[in-house]
Amino acid sequence: MADILVYVLHNGDAFNKNSLGAVSEAAARAAEIGGSAHAAVLGGEELTDEMVAGLGAYGASKVFRTRGTAGLAAPVVDFLDTVIAAHGQRYAIFGGGLLGFEIAGGLAARRNAGLTSEVVEVQAQDGELVAHRPILADSQISVSRYRGNLGIIIGRINAFEAKRSGAGAAEIVDIEVEYQPFSNAAQLISRGEQRGAAVDIEGADVLVAVGRGFGSGDNLAMADELAGAFGGNSAVAATRAVVDAGWAPYASQIGQTGKTVAPKLYLAAGISGAIQHKVGMQSSENIVAINKDANAPIFEFSDLGVVGDLNKILPKLTDAIKAKKG
Amino acid sequence: MALKIAVLVKEVPDAAVQKRIDPATGRIDRSGERNLNPYDTHAIECAVQLKEGNEIEVDEIIAVTMGPESAVRALHKAVSLGADRSIHLTDAALAGSDVSATGYALAKVLEAEAPDLVLLGQQSDDGESYTVGSVVADHLRAPSLSQVIKLDVVDGGLRLERQAEYGYDTLQIPFPAVISVGDAINEPRYPSLKAIMGAKKKPLETKSAADAGIDTAQVGASGSNVQCGDFHAPAAKAPGQVIEDENTNETVEKIVAWLDERKLI
Amino acid sequence: MSEPAAGAVRSQSRGSSNGRVLDPDGKPAYGPFTPAQFPPPYDVEAEVIKRGLDPEDEIIDVGVAIVGGGTAGLATANRLLQLLAEDPELMAELGEVPVAVIEKAKTCGGHIMSGAVMVPDPLLELYPEMTREDWRKHRFAFGEVEKDAVYLMPNAKRAIKLPSTPPNFANEGNEVVSVSALARYQQRTAEEAGAYILTETAATQLIVEDGRVVGVRSGDKGRGKHGEELANFEPGTDIKARVTVLAEGNWGHLTGAAIREFDLGRHREPPIWELGVKEVWKVPKPLDRVIHTLGPWPLKLSPKYGQVGGTWLYPMKDETTGDDLVSIGLVVGLEYKDATTSAHDLLQLFKTHPLVQKILDGGERVAWSAKALPGGGYWSMPKLSMPGAVLVGDAGGLVDTVSLKGIHHCIQSGKLAAEAIYRSLKGTAPLSKYEAAIEASSTGKDLWATRNTRQPLAKGFFRGAPLAGLGVASRGWLLPGRWGWHRNDETEMFIGNTKDSYVKPDNKYTFDKLSSVYISGNATRDDAPNHIKLEKHVPREIAETWVWMCPAGVYEIPDDAPKSGRVDVIVNYTNCVQCGAITAKGGRLTPPEGGDGPLYTMV
Repeated sequence: MADILVYVLHNGDAFNKNSLGAVSEAAARAAEIGGSAHAAVLGGEELTDEMVAGLGAYGASKVFRTRGTAGLAAPVVDFLDTVIAAHGQRYAIFGGGLLGFEIAGGLAARRNAGLTSEVVEVQAQDGELVAHRPILADSQISVSRYRGNLGIIIGRINAFEAKRSGAGAAEIVDIEVEYQPFSNAAQLISRGEQRGAAVDIEGADVLVAVGRGFGSGDNLAMADELAGAFGGNSAVAATRAVVDAGWAPYASQIGQTGKTVAPKLYLAAGISGAIQHKVGMQSSENIVAINKDANAPIFEFSDLGVVGDLNKILPKLTDAIKAKKG
Repeated sequence: MALKIAVLVKEVPDAAVQKRIDPATGRIDRSGERNLNPYDTHAIECAVQLKEGNEIEVDEIIAVTMGPESAVRALHKAVSLGADRSIHLTDAALAGSDVSATGYALAKVLEAEAPDLVLLGQQSDDGESYTVGSVVADHLRAPSLSQVIKLDVVDGGLRLERQAEYGYDTLQIPFPAVISVGDAINEPRYPSLKAIMGAKKKPLETKSAADAGIDTAQVGASGSNVQCGDFHAPAAKAPGQVIEDENTNETVEKIVAWLDERKLI
Repeated sequence: MSEPAAGAVRSQSRGSSNGRVLDPDGKPAYGPFTPAQFPPPYDVEAEVIKRGLDPEDEIIDVGVAIVGGGTAGLATANRLLQLLAEDPELMAELGEVPVAVIEKAKTCGGHIMSGAVMVPDPLLELYPEMTREDWRKHRFAFGEVEKDAVYLMPNAKRAIKLPSTPPNFANEGNEVVSVSALARYQQRTAEEAGAYILTETAATQLIVEDGRVVGVRSGDKGRGKHGEELANFEPGTDIKARVTVLAEGNWGHLTGAAIREFDLGRHREPPIWELGVKEVWKVPKPLDRVIHTLGPWPLKLSPKYGQVGGTWLYPMKDETTGDDLVSIGLVVGLEYKDATTSAHDLLQLFKTHPLVQKILDGGERVAWSAKALPGGGYWSMPKLSMPGAVLVGDAGGLVDTVSLKGIHHCIQSGKLAAEAIYRSLKGTAPLSKYEAAIEASSTGKDLWATRNTRQPLAKGFFRGAPLAGLGVASRGWLLPGRWGWHRNDETEMFIGNTKDSYVKPDNKYTFDKLSSVYISGNATRDDAPNHIKLEKHVPREIAETWVWMCPAGVYEIPDDAPKSGRVDVIVNYTNCVQCGAITAKGGRLTPPEGGDGPLYTMV
């Protein structure tokens, strides 16, 4: 038996997308090593039977449920420790994110387990799981193998896709957890406060990135409008040259010395694609580049390259996207 | 109360060095330039600001590292940035420890010091596991939080803020605690030349695994439960599509279709 | 002699602007233009010389302050500490910090490069306990030269081997080294012997009191783009020293100011410079000889381009890893006239020659670096001592560029400086005796012998070559007298076609400037003040000169700039690898915040 346990984070009545991805991943891999995927949820009354059993749709055969404060790691460590002590799951997979790291670290200490962060791929080999993680600025992939009774895998954000591939409702197992005295020492005063203002390019799903090709700071309004047209979690990022020129805030800078981003869409306009910039954005899922120089290096690593004048293209693109969104 | 603060620091390859795997050992080649992990300077700065502030009295700040002989330089730098003394855990038996084993070993050193607050940076510039603080905390049986970007002394404990999965969380945590700080928490100062020159004179204690009471069966490459290997290059990206803009309306249509196909709108 | 870049006053009185139409800012309106006509807005005396020390409780007191942790500065430290080890009394008298080395890079060796084939004797003398085998184990030496070859390159396809190696290129028995690695070793040795090595610290001011150098001031840290103090601002500190050693390399920031302050260039020729760009390649099969090529290719033969230079290929064996490496580089004199001359692109072009392709085939570039070096030789050497301070190594112009040799002179001068400093601290001889010691040494003799050898090259590569050879062969006897120089910034620049020969990078054998800067480990804080002083509104000829010259892509001309007349130059100063070439051609490099810049290894 080689079952895989997944902690599923939730907020209100919705499960976390990365956690659901981890459940699907666990279900697929467990099938290959002759085990099942088990989920674990911790929270209050919001965790209704219906909501919890729904994890079966993502591939969980069983869901362990206990009552406690959601949003903190330590109670979850006690919970997972109790579950594993009783059921002997061989692996634990986390979907990534802050709590994933915290819970995984605590669990590794508690159960003397090996741990791999930032995993992008899990494979089954000879009845064991091996975890692939990019290292050294993603220039290499390192493969982790586990010894001992428990192996812990923390996925990179968006590494595992949530798939409704499971069969029906999962079995719910309610358990009581004896919390360690220090586990509830931290008190959550407020959770999930939304703050605007500061540019958060690292958390954005869509980034419109601007380079010196804009010619002047005034033209950046075109990028703001385009980002606005995408709506939702979008922002404007900038190259060092643009920040140097004082057109954009330092907080929006991408690159070797700026921030590293991996949005769903990275739309680079007027950026040549110097390597210092490339290292900051190459993990983006989709890269669209607009540049008037056909020889710009950015075309070598963009998924869609557009050779043309951004002054002509951006306003029309903004209108077209607005129209598309209705 | 007067706080005793321990800051966990690490020596890492300098950010400018092209990091690579040493094929002989399967570990990161650390033969090039090394430096104090830049993320750790935020933890030291945080400790120094607590000490300089009026909210609570700070007895001393201790920089703690585990690493080879050269890691002393990282401790000197930590001291030049404001630590009062430092502890260097170094032992051949510790080489090759994974995150779990490293956290265990550091926790053993910290147990002996019994600090009220353990501070760390959010990640190391080389290993990037983001987890060692949580491992240490569990061994110390202390509450722990990571990615903290605001820290104040309130009601005899700490009032903390951090960005988690669903926005900003505010938390209250008592001492003792293990906190890893995000790099947005402060702007670390530069050490003064006098502090740099004085760093070598501050107390530095060297401990072996035995000195720290570490069970060597649980550390080092042989005591670690993760083995890394099979290093290989990631799959090369397929070349992208290129459009020449001859008619802008058509170009825009093509871009929108491309984005739509990938559900990016 | 004044500083090339500080010529604001001079260029007005003697520039070619007399009797010409001037722009409203007093600069010539029509060409031909020289870089010297557009001096940087920078007052060296006001900015670099500090009159008097800060109060006693704010300063750091050291015995000997050495500015620059390169080969020469560290040789000075190494030798001085050897002498002090034998003299505990003097060591104690020098106080808590007997020797301080001030280095702006993250580590000693981080900002330096050389070819480098070294005459071994001075280093063997400096470290008498070590053998050349030991050097190789410490990975700063890479093997003894067994064979030499010198080629003429008439064009991009052909290479003609000279039947016998000219004496200046005879390297048999010399050692291939990496100065960036050697300096790291010297740093460790110096630290173990009691030196304080202050890395990430720039010396920005020379402190002068009563006509005597009394120390240096370290640079501020934490200033913003406009010089404002950021939240983490940390001011510099005065470092008071009984003796100051300027070992900053080619025309250092303080050295230039010292030469002016103490008139050390009187009766000497102006300095002239060359720019070297180097790469290290890991190759599948070892190179078995040292190769020099004399051109004219990839440079232009016609004197109208004013291009003088050469290339090298040196074998390197890393004894630790077993890797076969090749050092490849190109050096070009900065007296050239074609604004589109680019040492970086010329080196890329050079690598496409069949002779070179054969050597690099299947290899991989592992390092890149660029640095300006003194080219003036004996006549351009400033006086090497002043009250309270001495110049060592490249700062003193101690390079024989005809043989492409300077490392052993750096070590030799450091050693002699240390001995002179020791005697002056003991009170047995004045510091100025250092000058005579250099003249009497092999360094002094070598530089005297080649004193007129490079000058003929300025007349065009081939025309001069036989004369230069004559000078070398006769150790100077057949080129008597004193052959002068023209300042590099007084060349009239034109936009020529050298650029047409450059190759488009294939990212396997040839690379663009930014990829090169990237592998240099360059990191400069983005919101730091601009450390490159430059007149930004200049004729296109001058702007193009900077754009092409800079191996790091620091200068740019906006796409929409006018095709002729004045243009506004964009300065991407965070790309800067501090090679120093800009100071020769009309600008001025000043040290950025300590710790910024490249992190060279293996070069």
